[in-house]
Amino acid sequence: MNCMDSTTLTTPRLRMTAVQKSFGATRALKNVSFEVAAGEVHALIGENGAGKSTLMKILSGAHLPDAGAVELDGQPFVPANPLRARRSGIAMIYQELTLAPHLSVEENILLGEEPARCGWLNRSRRRELAHRALAELRHEKIPLDAPVNSRTIAEQQIVEIARALIGEPKVLIMDEPTSSLTQVDTQNLFAVIERLRRLKVSVIYISHFLEECQRIADRYTVLRDGESVAHGDMASADLRQIIRLMVGREISDIYPRMPHGLGEPVLELRALAGWPKPQAASLTLRAGEILGVAGLVGTGRTETLRACFGLDRVYGGAVLVRSKEETHRTPAQRLKSGIGLLSENRKEEGLMLNRSLADNLTLTRYAPLSRCGFIQRRRQRQTAQDWMDRLDVRAQDPGQTVGELSGGNQQKIALGRLLHHQASVLLLDEPTRGIDVGSKAQIYKLLGQLAEQGKAIIFVSSYLPELLGVCDTIGVMCRGVLLEVRPAGQWTEHGIIAAAIGQAATATA
Amino acid sequence: MNKSAPAKAFNPFHALNVVGPFFGLLLVLGLFSLSPEVRPYLFTGGNFKIILIQTVIVALGALGMTMIIVSGGIDLSVGSAVALTSVVGATLLVKGYSTATAIVLTVLAGGLIGLANGLIIAGFSMMPFIVTLGMMGVVRGLAKWLAGNQTVNSPPDAPLNHLMARVSPTALFPLPPGVWIAIGLAIVVSVVMRQTVFGRYIYAIGSNEATARLCGIRVRLQKVLIYALAGLLFGLAGVMQLSRLTQGDPTVAIGLELDIIAAVVIGGASLSGGTGSILGSMIGALIMAVLRNGSNQMGWQNFTQEIIIGIVIIIAVGLDTFRQSRMRR
Repeated sequence: MNCMDSTTLTTPRLRMTAVQKSFGATRALKNVSFEVAAGEVHALIGENGAGKSTLMKILSGAHLPDAGAVELDGQPFVPANPLRARRSGIAMIYQELTLAPHLSVEENILLGEEPARCGWLNRSRRRELAHRALAELRHEKIPLDAPVNSRTIAEQQIVEIARALIGEPKVLIMDEPTSSLTQVDTQNLFAVIERLRRLKVSVIYISHFLEECQRIADRYTVLRDGESVAHGDMASADLRQIIRLMVGREISDIYPRMPHGLGEPVLELRALAGWPKPQAASLTLRAGEILGVAGLVGTGRTETLRACFGLDRVYGGAVLVRSKEETHRTPAQRLKSGIGLLSENRKEEGLMLNRSLADNLTLTRYAPLSRCGFIQRRRQRQTAQDWMDRLDVRAQDPGQTVGELSGGNQQKIALGRLLHHQASVLLLDEPTRGIDVGSKAQIYKLLGQLAEQGKAIIFVSSYLPELLGVCDTIGVMCRGVLLEVRPAGQWTEHGIIAAAIGQAATATA
Repeated sequence: MNKSAPAKAFNPFHALNVVGPFFGLLLVLGLFSLSPEVRPYLFTGGNFKIILIQTVIVALGALGMTMIIVSGGIDLSVGSAVALTSVVGATLLVKGYSTATAIVLTVLAGGLIGLANGLIIAGFSMMPFIVTLGMMGVVRGLAKWLAGNQTVNSPPDAPLNHLMARVSPTALFPLPPGVWIAIGLAIVVSVVMRQTVFGRYIYAIGSNEATARLCGIRVRLQKVLIYALAGLLFGLAGVMQLSRLTQGDPTVAIGLELDIIAAVVIGGASLSGGTGSILGSMIGALIMAVLRNGSNQMGWQNFTQEIIIGIVIIIAVGLDTFRQSRMRR
């Protein structure tokens, strides 16, 4: 890279001054100001609804600001549409990956920017450009010809970043990039961000994981209710202080401990095997227990839950429900015996996004709401309203479609369905993925209450602090095998990571 | 450190995708050849000529339909469009227009129907299924109105009739010009789908429309172009229909769209978009024609043929689904 010239020293890459934006009566952004220098990683921190997405949409050209100034390299920057913003050097990595699943890695990287003459593709040039983009990220091992949906989520994300690099971006905005990554993949992503920093790309890093922001970011800006309330250097930042600024109140303890005793075993897995994963998953879950399952993404945690719930076929081993052998069952039978599954894929599997809150909440148990097979709308609405109140769901009314809610509220609805079903065994797959700190704290508290009521919970998560904070016992899955479940107190983050990557020996040492 | 880009790796599943429909075609031919009565006749040049001629209309339709289905859409108005354009062509010939003019205007009429479909679908963000279902009725009605509710005979000596004429019926060659036109266009459309930016955008839109928009692809314009281009091909299918019957018939080609969709799907395309190939669709069209031809020679009744073709479609798509799920693993 060239050495910095005088302009980059004095002028920030991106500067926003007193930016405002309203939608009708809602003031999404009241007063936002911040600066990002070239090659700086800047963490943008705030709860859902604080205005982060509106801010990003202004930068990416989807919305125009009502007032205030945006400058890119000292020049006024008001992109009229997303394409213009891209051309000016603003690139965006969305939380939900935006790849074309059937197309190859190479095609995705150059999508919309294909090298061509008179509409005629130049394939060898495209190959070269795609390869170079991956090489810059030190990920040239990803095969260019593979359909992108055959790669892991982490690799798909690299493909997205490579695609952003094609436009030679000045500013790269990453929205919750690690929400579906494991610890190891997160490390790799950080290495990629380091590369970007060296390429003098400014990175705006949006994440709910404050520890991550602290690790990767140079500076931070806290957003609350559409205002930028604090800036500072990440190195000297106090996390508790930042949380207080984010939520405007002190969260005394985000992992509340509620006393609960363990009862009889309600669910046992004995060397449960599916195809191709898991290979052997064994655990014993007791009433009133929160059992955490850690491990890398793709190691078979989701598959274990799915096989256990009857969504995938069981090829070996046994499942015992309340000490009775019930290995091969359908999801309907599992639900009948009080086992509920919360899917990790909220949008595609977990919820009917275009249906109402009430429909989503009551889907699995209509009996108390219906007479002679006819659902009584009024009772359904009432029941839904009750759950919304108890779970503190922020929505207009039970008739609203779920797709309109924020991630945290959607997740509460998905969880609410299991509660309405009166499930006594809850299989939760990444229940806090991609939701804000406030909603997370509420879900942790809810899990504690459920355990207190004697419900048994399997809690699959890639976020170790929450596993350590919430669970009674934790098992680590590695390469499709889950053997030992130990009390949470015997684990450390380091130990879990070591076990997850198959280095358990060093963990105990 | 600066290594050049790696060469394209051989992917066995990729090969299977192409070979799959071809294998199906061989299987169908093989099954028919088990019958001792049919075998000696099935593999004659004359019979292959019949099969190829019978394939032309479905094949031309499948060229357009493949573009539409790969982009995640569907067009149900093809049968009606073929009927209307055949009437348009016959009427022009009766009015004394030259063959070339008649062909060009007929093809353009098809393009116009496609343009209307595309503009409505893209302009109002409507479901292609509904729009083209409506258009199916509208166009069929227009055809009957234009033809005065009867068939329009082309002049008996019209050169256009030679497009699909079966000269020297016992030998494979010479093939009628219609077959060569279909083969030529198949190559052209295949190259467009594979080698041009326009073609790759069709796949991108069908695979993930939101992403396509995000990447700066003008999705609406692209859709209008896809339907209009497909319409031109459907218009050409109408010309072939006219040539084959030597009359414009407003009630012809009812249900043709379903044969075409079946050919495209047998050829490996997914109705949810993003996958499919011209080569596959062409083989799919051939499979449909061979099934008809073979069933005729077996002396099977019409209803038996319908049942068998229905079963073949289900098996073909079932195999494809199975293959996809294996590939995912």
